[in-house]
Amino acid sequence: MTTPTTLAQKILARASGRSHVAPGEVVTCAVDLAMIHDSGGPRRVEPILQDLGVGLFDRNKVVLISDHFVPGDTDEGARILELTRAWAKERQVAFHDGEGICHVVLPEKGHLKPGMLVVGGDSHSPTGGAFGAYMFGVGATEMAGVLATGEIWLKVPQTILIEWQNRLSDGVTAKDIMLALCGKLGMDGGQYQAVEYTGEAIRALSMQERMTLSNMAAELGGQAGLIAPDETTIAFLEKAGADLGSLDWASLKTDADAPVLSHHVFDAASLVPQVAAPHSPANSGPVTDAPGTPIQVAYLGACTGAKYEDLKNAAAILKGKTVASGVELLVAPSSAQDQSRAARDGILGTLEEAGAKLLPNACGICAGYGAHRLGEDVTCISSTARNFKGRMGANSSKVWLGSPFTVAASAVTGRISDPRPFLSEGAAR
Amino acid sequence: MSARLFLFGDDIDTDQLAPGQYMKGGIDELTAHCLEGVRPDFAGSVRSGDILVAGKNFGMGSSREQAAEALKKLGLAAVIARSFAGIFYRNAINLGLPVLIAPNLPDLEDGASAALDLDAGTLTLVDSGQVISLEPLPENLKALLADGGLVPHLKKRFSRERHKEHGQCA
Ligand code: SF4
Repeated sequence: MTTPTTLAQKILARASGRSHVAPGEVVTCAVDLAMIHDSGGPRRVEPILQDLGVGLFDRNKVVLISDHFVPGDTDEGARILELTRAWAKERQVAFHDGEGICHVVLPEKGHLKPGMLVVGGDSHSPTGGAFGAYMFGVGATEMAGVLATGEIWLKVPQTILIEWQNRLSDGVTAKDIMLALCGKLGMDGGQYQAVEYTGEAIRALSMQERMTLSNMAAELGGQAGLIAPDETTIAFLEKAGADLGSLDWASLKTDADAPVLSHHVFDAASLVPQVAAPHSPANSGPVTDAPGTPIQVAYLGACTGAKYEDLKNAAAILKGKTVASGVELLVAPSSAQDQSRAARDGILGTLEEAGAKLLPNACGICAGYGAHRLGEDVTCISSTARNFKGRMGANSSKVWLGSPFTVAASAVTGRISDPRPFLSEGAAR
Repeated sequence: MSARLFLFGDDIDTDQLAPGQYMKGGIDELTAHCLEGVRPDFAGSVRSGDILVAGKNFGMGSSREQAAEALKKLGLAAVIARSFAGIFYRNAINLGLPVLIAPNLPDLEDGASAALDLDAGTLTLVDSGQVISLEPLPENLKALLADGGLVPHLKKRFSRERHKEHGQCA
């Protein structure tokens, strides 16, 4: 009889070449894939590799994506992109240049597979967990170590099971789930363990929505944000061109009686749209309790807030409407692929007719870069993952977080607003 | 040798440790502005060998390792916290900055003198003689810190391997 284990244990046992690993054990794992971006990547890891006097452990297991300094509209940004491009050529790694934000591009281009152990040079790397990969973020020195050795140490985590029963209502999304969780569990609720999302509401979500859940496991302080692969996962990956071979994905799940650190159960059907007040995702609560604060900027962007489906949701609100006067609606689609799909489907047209201004497929003001950084005292509602003080611009700027639905509704009214009346209005027409 | 304790609260994030707006200026400028949002005089008053003591979730936020690098540059002997954000914790060890978890940290006095014993995992308050126990570091991390961080650790490993390749060992 085999001991019941969690999904995290199964992946880490394989990656460390053991038949079984127990929570708390420190193991050395073989890395299946390393992802780096222009900010924490070549410019920071290459000097360390030089110092060590070694090359890449396996160039076929390294993916480089430029997103932070795209479009290179400052001298510094242009210089960093130059260096990034030269490195990609010299080191002969897979390189996606200006095609979108790393966490969105990586699975979109078929690089991820369930069961992989993946290290990313960015704190939102848990996004890969949506595909059943154990993916986590590290800093530049540790990434250089991974690139040099193909190995990384890990303390086998316990699992925090987060179950959402029933289905989400119309106008309520994965972002609302995450803001609610940040509020309920706090920014350290994840304790650097493996967060795993389960339940009917999760299974009903598309991959892009699941990615938002896994991504924001980082906001809960989890090391990874896992979702067991299912037919939805496999269909997405096959379309993306991932080589799944004879992968036994169905076995990649937490056994029913596996011991976990905690098991939280929530009702998706009763969840209402959430917003997080400045300056923490944990300052969240129902939009219906929010004070209707006036805003000057509405931002649809980042890895959790401007994927195809996010744009589609925003368009459902903005169809036939215009952005309130005195409000700027900025849209930075998460990837070029999602942008062209949204253009084909008329979604982009709807957004632009409503008055949206289109920005490059990049991190942009989510990382505090570019001409559209928030100015002094600006209040913004944003579909991004984090609203720490000063992150998106001036220290005096105030960022509220909400779903793309909520950002779009707020753009129309000029104050933080519940999107649901807009949707029922649309349905009645 | 005793050090002074600098106390901080919960949820100190990486944007406070390494403020984004000074990123361009490089590590020296970041170090000069380290934690200024919470404690404007911090970088100016901390001396080599001092210890930062914080509440829970220290270092949450981005993966930028300048957050740990700035503290190392200021000469801190260690950071002790009720809990750490995972990426910050790893970054600190990789850069050779000792980070120690003390889940049941008692209330301490800012500026108090204390002596840290990394090996034993204790912090002793000079005035009261009170001994605070810290969670012991896992062996692999002790080895990393003893070498001065990940880069010197790997250099050692690679030179050993090169040695082997040259046939000295079986
Ligand atoms: S969009 Fe924002 S959260 Fe996502 S990778 Fe870029 S900077 Fe990070």
